[in-house]
Amino acid sequence: MTATSTQALRTRAVRTGGLSLRLDLRAFTVVVLLLVCALAASVVLIGTGDFPIPAGDVLKTLFGGGDAGQEFIVNELRLPRVLVGLLVGAALGLGGALFQSISRNPLGSPDVLGLSQGSTAGALVMIVLFSGSATAVTLGALVGGLVTGLAIYLLAWKQGVHGYRLVLVGIGVSAVVTAVNGYLITKADLVDAARAVVWMTGSLNGRDWTQVWPLLALCAVLLPLVLANARGLRMMEMGDDVSYALGVRVERVRLLLMVAAVLLTSAATAAAGPVGFVALTAPQLARRLTRSPGPNLVPSLCMGATLLVTADWASQRAFGADQLPVGVVTGVLGGVYLLWLLVTERKAGRI
Amino acid sequence: MLVDSPPEQRAETAPAPPTRRAIRVLGLFASVALLVLVALASIAIGAKSLPLGDVWHGLFHDSGTYADVVVDDRISRTVLGLLAGAALGLSGAVLQALTRNPLADPGLLGINAGASAAVVTAITYFGVTSLSGYVWFAFAGAAVVGALVWFLGGSRGATPVRLALAGTAISAALYGYLQAVMIMDDAALSKMRFWTVGSLASATGSTITQVAPFFAVGTVVALLLARPLNAVAMGDDTARALGANLNRTRALAMLSATVLCGAATAACGPIVFVGLMVPHVVRSFTGPDLRWILPYATILSPVLLLGADVLGRMIARPAELQVGIVTAVIGGPVFIYLVRRRRTAQL
Repeated sequence: MTATSTQALRTRAVRTGGLSLRLDLRAFTVVVLLLVCALAASVVLIGTGDFPIPAGDVLKTLFGGGDAGQEFIVNELRLPRVLVGLLVGAALGLGGALFQSISRNPLGSPDVLGLSQGSTAGALVMIVLFSGSATAVTLGALVGGLVTGLAIYLLAWKQGVHGYRLVLVGIGVSAVVTAVNGYLITKADLVDAARAVVWMTGSLNGRDWTQVWPLLALCAVLLPLVLANARGLRMMEMGDDVSYALGVRVERVRLLLMVAAVLLTSAATAAAGPVGFVALTAPQLARRLTRSPGPNLVPSLCMGATLLVTADWASQRAFGADQLPVGVVTGVLGGVYLLWLLVTERKAGRI
Repeated sequence: MLVDSPPEQRAETAPAPPTRRAIRVLGLFASVALLVLVALASIAIGAKSLPLGDVWHGLFHDSGTYADVVVDDRISRTVLGLLAGAALGLSGAVLQALTRNPLADPGLLGINAGASAAVVTAITYFGVTSLSGYVWFAFAGAAVVGALVWFLGGSRGATPVRLALAGTAISAALYGYLQAVMIMDDAALSKMRFWTVGSLASATGSTITQVAPFFAVGTVVALLLARPLNAVAMGDDTARALGANLNRTRALAMLSATVLCGAATAACGPIVFVGLMVPHVVRSFTGPDLRWILPYATILSPVLLLGADVLGRMIARPAELQVGIVTAVIGGPVFIYLVRRRRTAQL
């Protein structure tokens, strides 16, 4: 394929020996900057709390040079929470980008398709009907998300899954599950309802290493798998027929990526609750920053992680430690940022 | 019309053949008949079921008997269901045409978020506790957010994508606020969890007279917009070439949808699914012509809403299931079936 003249200006071919790689400079810069932001925010977040630690000490402790007290606070209490935040944000950003690309609709995120609501239903059943423990709630959310994902895929299947049908079926499923959730909350007593609302907002409070490992393992398996299929996904945006002709096994790639996206979203939701709007806004923001076509998987992933950790830091700074769940802030931050983008892009005449 | 077009091409551009037109008109009458039946059922069925004779007596020869009182009580609920259902369906159809997005619903443009945020503010900071007190807050919230989405979406230069993004962004911010308040204030949570599922049970005569003028204005404006919106559906350039005033059409469509949906949400809480689903169902048998979609949506949406309300009273007798829950649980599978059965007419 021939690159257009504008693409030739912004991409460089990197060749070493027999390998060559096309590098989108702007996207690459954005990814690096986002990673730096995410890591910086993480260090600051580890230092924030009832017992503040300066950033220099945090870094020293992370590399094994802090005193015993700092070591305990950093490694046992705050590091796992931050890691969960980074992983959840990354998983949501990536899952959102996958879904938006597969459904070919910027609104086709897991929030809209009902996956988050499915996880919520699983968790609510555990909270309201069984008054279950935190582990039971996590498992319930995971199962709820997976079952919903499976149901949406099967219901949308008709000689292949069409993006438009997928979104509409997802909305139908989402409406049913949301109604069930509403019913469960009206039936619950007020204490359970309050617990359910906190869970439904999405929170990172009290997360420890037991939440980090499964999430990390899942991301380690799924990320290479997704990236290996990113080319196919990019071609699928040209339409099923064209990508068949170009040698993409459309239905297989789509199934694989959907399963990956469902797993990522469900695991993230199970770990931190349905943190709102990260999956919806992260890919949109990433796309606008890189100004590059295609699904923008890696930038979305980095954007999700940055967004979530920054939001958690903002919530801790503004309202004190563990007062307000991070989901509240992601909603407000994501919304305000999207608005700001709208206004500036309008001035620049881009939308 | 091209004057010198060949005859066979002229035959193609002629209006729909009379038989199809007749069927659609007949269908409209059948829908009205269905609506009357559902409305009667809504008056007759409940914790205390009445025979149709008593319903008739209560409606036309009210003499204060026990059955007549029950009928009186259920009339306001039924009327609100009729009005709110029609408003939701109509606003959904208008919004889908306006944003050219089949997923557009009143929730997308932030109207529900605005109403919810206003109600939670009313409960927490102004100490409003009665349902009739929420109405004006919810309506004001919906109106403010509708206007805000319109201006942020670019007002005169609004495009469908920008409107949708502005709505999503404002919803995100407002839901964050809503959840923060609900987490910090248990009293607000205990009220809000019942308001957000959407119910007709709180209907009173005064609620209806408060919101009825808004329903009337919104409905008239929306129905008059059918032709210009048809032109807008063909794309901006074609619409302009056809003589449609894009800015005026968009502004009026936004206005009517906000007024209709804001009033419905104010009166019975956020019932989103009706506005999303009914236009899709209607489109599957009328095709994309809004001159048919809008009247059909106006008549069939209350059928769905009232039907769901009646069912909610039958299932959980003597208590009841809120109509918002029933619409979604019944409507969802029907919606999925329709999506699967045929290629839903694209916008």
